[in-house]
Amino acid sequence: MSMEEWTVGGRGFGTLFIFFLIAGEVYTTFTFLGGSGWTFTRGAAVYYVPAYIFLAYVLSYWFVPKIWKYCKDNNLISQPDFFASKYKSTALGILVAIVGCVALIPYIVIQFKGLGIIVSQASYGTITPVMASCIGAAVVATYVMVSGIHGSAWTAIIKDFMILIVVIFLGLYIPFHYFGGIKPMFEAVELVKPELLTLPDAGFSNSWFTSTVIFNAIGFYILPTSFMVILSAKSAKGLRKNAITLPLYTILLLFIFFVGFAAITVIPELEAAQGDLALLMLAIKTFDPWIVGIIGAAGLLTALVPCSVMLMSSAAGLTQNMYKVIVPTASDKHLLTVSKLFIVLISLIALYFTITGGEAMAILNIMSYSLIVQLAPALFLSLQKNNMITKQGAFTGIVTGVVVVLIMTLKGLGIGDLLPHVPQWVQDINGSFVALIMNILVMFFVSLASKVFVSVKQPEYEDVR
Amino acid sequence: MKYIKLLIAVPFIGFLGLLPWANRIEPYILGMPFLLFWLVLWMVISPLLLTIVYKFDPDNKEGETE
Repeated sequence: MSMEEWTVGGRGFGTLFIFFLIAGEVYTTFTFLGGSGWTFTRGAAVYYVPAYIFLAYVLSYWFVPKIWKYCKDNNLISQPDFFASKYKSTALGILVAIVGCVALIPYIVIQFKGLGIIVSQASYGTITPVMASCIGAAVVATYVMVSGIHGSAWTAIIKDFMILIVVIFLGLYIPFHYFGGIKPMFEAVELVKPELLTLPDAGFSNSWFTSTVIFNAIGFYILPTSFMVILSAKSAKGLRKNAITLPLYTILLLFIFFVGFAAITVIPELEAAQGDLALLMLAIKTFDPWIVGIIGAAGLLTALVPCSVMLMSSAAGLTQNMYKVIVPTASDKHLLTVSKLFIVLISLIALYFTITGGEAMAILNIMSYSLIVQLAPALFLSLQKNNMITKQGAFTGIVTGVVVVLIMTLKGLGIGDLLPHVPQWVQDINGSFVALIMNILVMFFVSLASKVFVSVKQPEYEDVR
Repeated sequence: MKYIKLLIAVPFIGFLGLLPWANRIEPYILGMPFLLFWLVLWMVISPLLLTIVYKFDPDNKEGETE
C-alpha cells in the first residue's frame, strides 16, 4: 500500500461511497451521546449541531470542488499539502499539519469518552469508563494501522445502517411509550422547563447560536478529516451531488433530540453534569438488557469509525508535512511506518485528556472548531484568483488565531470577560470571533509589510485550469 | 447563469437572519415547537435550492467524467 492508497484510497471513491464517509460525521458519538446529552441539559441550544452541519454541506457546494480539483491536478493528498502548495511554503505546511492535529485532539477525546461511557453503561458498571476508554483506544489504533481508509469506508456503511435503525427506533419508541407522541412529549417539557424549548436571552442566546453555527459550518470541511474525505472523491461533480442530498440526512438528528427531550421529564434525577449519559440511562430504564446491548454496539461503531478517520488524517498530515520535510530521503515504506507511530502517539495524548478532563462533549466539539476555523481566512483567500496574502501573512495570522483560542480556552475567557461593558448579545458571541479578527488583521498587516520589506518574489497564483 | 451560486447564501441569511423571530415555542407545527420546525424547514429548503444551483451551474457542463 502506498501513502496515497492508504490515505485517500487512490482518489477513486464514487458518489455513494463519499456520501457515507461524509455523512458519517452526522452520527458520531458526539451526536449520539453528546447530542442527546446537551438536549437534556441545554435544550434548544443543541440545535446548533444539525444547523452547522447542514449549512456546512450547503457551503461545501461552493468551495469543496475547487479544493478537490486543485489537489487532484497537483497530486496532493492532505490539507497541509494544499497550504504548502498554494503558498509555496513548507513551513506553512508544517504549521497547518500541527494545527490540524491539535484541532482533532478534542474530537478524538470525544470519541474515547464515548467509548468509555458506552462500555461502562452497557456493562452495567462492570467495566470502568477509564478502562473502557483505554481498551477502545487500543482497538481503534490497531484497526487504523491495519486497514487504512478503505476499512473505514466499509465500516462506515455498516455503522450508518445500524445507527439509523437504532436511532429512529429510540426516537419514536421513547416519546410514544412515555408520552403517547412527539407533541405530547414537547408539551410535557413545556410544563416543566419551557425555557429549554427556545434559545435563552443571555448565554446560549441567538448571537451565540448564530456565531457558533457560522464558525462550525466554515470549519467543518477544513477539519483534516473531512478534507481527506473530499480528496478521496472521484469527481468534483460527485461532490456537488453529495452537497445537495446531505442536508436531508441531517434531519435524522431530530430523533436523537427526541430522546434527549424525553429524558428531561422521564429521568429528571440525572445531574446536568452527567448529561452525556442521558441516552443510555434512558435506554437502560426502558429496555431489556439485550436491547441495551444492541444500542451499545451501535454506539460503539459511532465512536470507532469517525475516530479511525480522525487518527489517520492527523497522522498522515504529520508524516507527510512534518516528518518528510525534516527527513526528505525517507522511503514510502518508511513513511508508512512513521505514520503508524504517530497514530500511537496521538492516541496516547487523546487518552490522557480523556482521563483527566471533564468537559461536556459539546464544549469539546466547539473547541475543535474554534481552532480549525483559524485556517479559514488563508484557505478561502487562496482560492481567489489574485491572492494578496503572502506566506508570511498566512503563517503569522494562523499562529495568532490559534494562540488566542488556546489562551481564551485555557483561561475560560469569553467576550464578556474581555469587554464587560458591551451589550449582552455581543458578549454571547462565540469567543473564537476575537481570535479570528486578530488572525485576519495580523494576516493582512504582515502580508502588506512582507510585500514592502521582503524583496523575495512572491509566488503567483497558478491557474491550473 | 454565473451568479446562480449566490443562492447558496440564502439558507444562511434566511435561517440565521430570521432566527430572533423564529425563536418561539408557539405555534407547534408537525408536533414540533416552532424553533425546531424552523430548523427542519431550512434543512428541506436547502437541498431544493442546491438542486436549482446544480441544474444551472456551468461547472457541471465541463464534461467531467463521473
